[in-house]
Amino acid sequence: MRTEIRICGFGGQGVILAGIILGKSACLFDGKEAVQTQSYGPEARGGASKCEVVISDSEVDYPKVQNPDILVAMSNEALIKYIVDLKDNGTLIVDPGTTYVDDVKDYIEEHNIEVYEAPATKTATDEIGLKIVANIVMVGAITKITKVISKEAAIKAIEASVPKGTEEKNIAAFEAGYALAE
Amino acid sequence: MAEEFFIQGNEACAKGAIAAGCRFFAGYPITPSTEVAETLARELPKVGGSFVQMEDEIASAGAIIGASWGGAKSMTATSGPGISLMQENIGYAFMSETPIVIVDVQRGSPSTAQPTMAAQGDMMQARWGSHGDYEPIALSPSSVQEFFDFTIKAFNLAEEYRVPVFVMADEVIGHMREKIIVEDSIEIVPRKRPEKTDDYLPFENIENGTTPMPAFGDGFNIHVTGLTHDERGYPDTNTPETHDKLVQRICDKVLNNKDKICSVKSENCEDADIILVSYGAPVRSVVEAVNKTDKKVGYIKIDTPWPFPDEQIEKLTANAKDIIVVEMNLGQMYYEVDRVCKRNSNVHLMGVIGGLLPTPDEILEEIDRVGGN
Repeated sequence: MRTEIRICGFGGQGVILAGIILGKSACLFDGKEAVQTQSYGPEARGGASKCEVVISDSEVDYPKVQNPDILVAMSNEALIKYIVDLKDNGTLIVDPGTTYVDDVKDYIEEHNIEVYEAPATKTATDEIGLKIVANIVMVGAITKITKVISKEAAIKAIEASVPKGTEEKNIAAFEAGYALAE
Repeated sequence: MAEEFFIQGNEACAKGAIAAGCRFFAGYPITPSTEVAETLARELPKVGGSFVQMEDEIASAGAIIGASWGGAKSMTATSGPGISLMQENIGYAFMSETPIVIVDVQRGSPSTAQPTMAAQGDMMQARWGSHGDYEPIALSPSSVQEFFDFTIKAFNLAEEYRVPVFVMADEVIGHMREKIIVEDSIEIVPRKRPEKTDDYLPFENIENGTTPMPAFGDGFNIHVTGLTHDERGYPDTNTPETHDKLVQRICDKVLNNKDKICSVKSENCEDADIILVSYGAPVRSVVEAVNKTDKKVGYIKIDTPWPFPDEQIEKLTANAKDIIVVEMNLGQMYYEVDRVCKRNSNVHLMGVIGGLLPTPDEILEEIDRVGGN
């Protein structure tokens, strides 16, 4: 089975790292195949950022996401731009601190989208004390909601992906995100 | 134990370079190739190698030629605008028979065009970009694993034939992350160094048309020049025979070994009505389209655009009515395929520009448009 995931937001929010962690979890620790691709503007921060992951039980040929099964939006601009690609009965995960789901409520109703609100930015700020780990909080929420990767694989992939010395904070962020969806 | 990594194509390229024995990189950062330089800047010093950020791409190509004559396996990485600047020195490397590896992660072109978008607009520049007659070798990876493997292969071919070798990647493969497996033992071609004899000639026609190459400092009195030279390396610019013999040998050492250098992969070609031909990232879309269609469609994946694998392609397409070349430009390798296949088949171009990988659905539409059963 092929699962297509798109994570989008502003440059600087770490949406690309979030996607890398999903891909790494799937293919190094869950025994699946994965491809991660990305697009970004020429700016270092603030521009639109989009990260795509395809996870599959078999080899992934076409590496890009066309109609995601899962859309994760961390900015309202990205939510409005990419909601139209989301599959019928697809899963939408938004950060209510940075998006307004009401802006896309027609699409959600028409296409029977399952919506989850994961206040990643607020959780990162309030519980971890670091706004920059909002992306890892979101990985926790994605893992819990979609089960597209296992929790064990996610933790191993986070440990292998974040800067040395920040593992503890990042795992705490992941756990906080995982708990959000409970 | 083989190791597994989930990394970007550009990182895999850098890893492959180090595995192949690359110990000198000179370059000027340019999107979408920058991660190759970034990774080597970090990793080369750890293995006793050197990384130099140059003032531009002209100097970068010059520096890796110098490093190669200094005895180091050397490489640069760039994109279209950089490849354009390097052409003068690339020609010098062909004429002086200097093994170097040039990685081109292709982006939207011409000029500076689309830095963060994909294209395959430099394929003919790899073939004909410098002036004069020469035969380049170029490899096009379609996966992160192949970007690793082909970088190693590029170094091996460069040493085997004493030629510049291009790795013609694209933004999709350069920036995408996939799993790669790094085996314990990797086949490496070490540089053949000459014996110190009285009659050593650095540009003699031996061993596949090449001759072992000394490093500066080894104590050989030799002359390296871009001018037409004799077997000693001394300029001899007015004798037609000297030029003919030299340039013919520089071409023949590659052409006479095409059966060893050229590589294609193919599927379902024997009884296909339509055969899709592609290289680099578009192969990924082609394979998916071929798996989806219920028509008799096969595909050929070109691993080595140069020298063009004409014999293999002619054989594989012998029974096909139509051939579609899928590439991210407005027709480059298409003309090569057309040259080889036009007597037996109709050759069509599906040229896609704008920066996005053609989708499997777009390819399926093209298959429908062309026909087939």
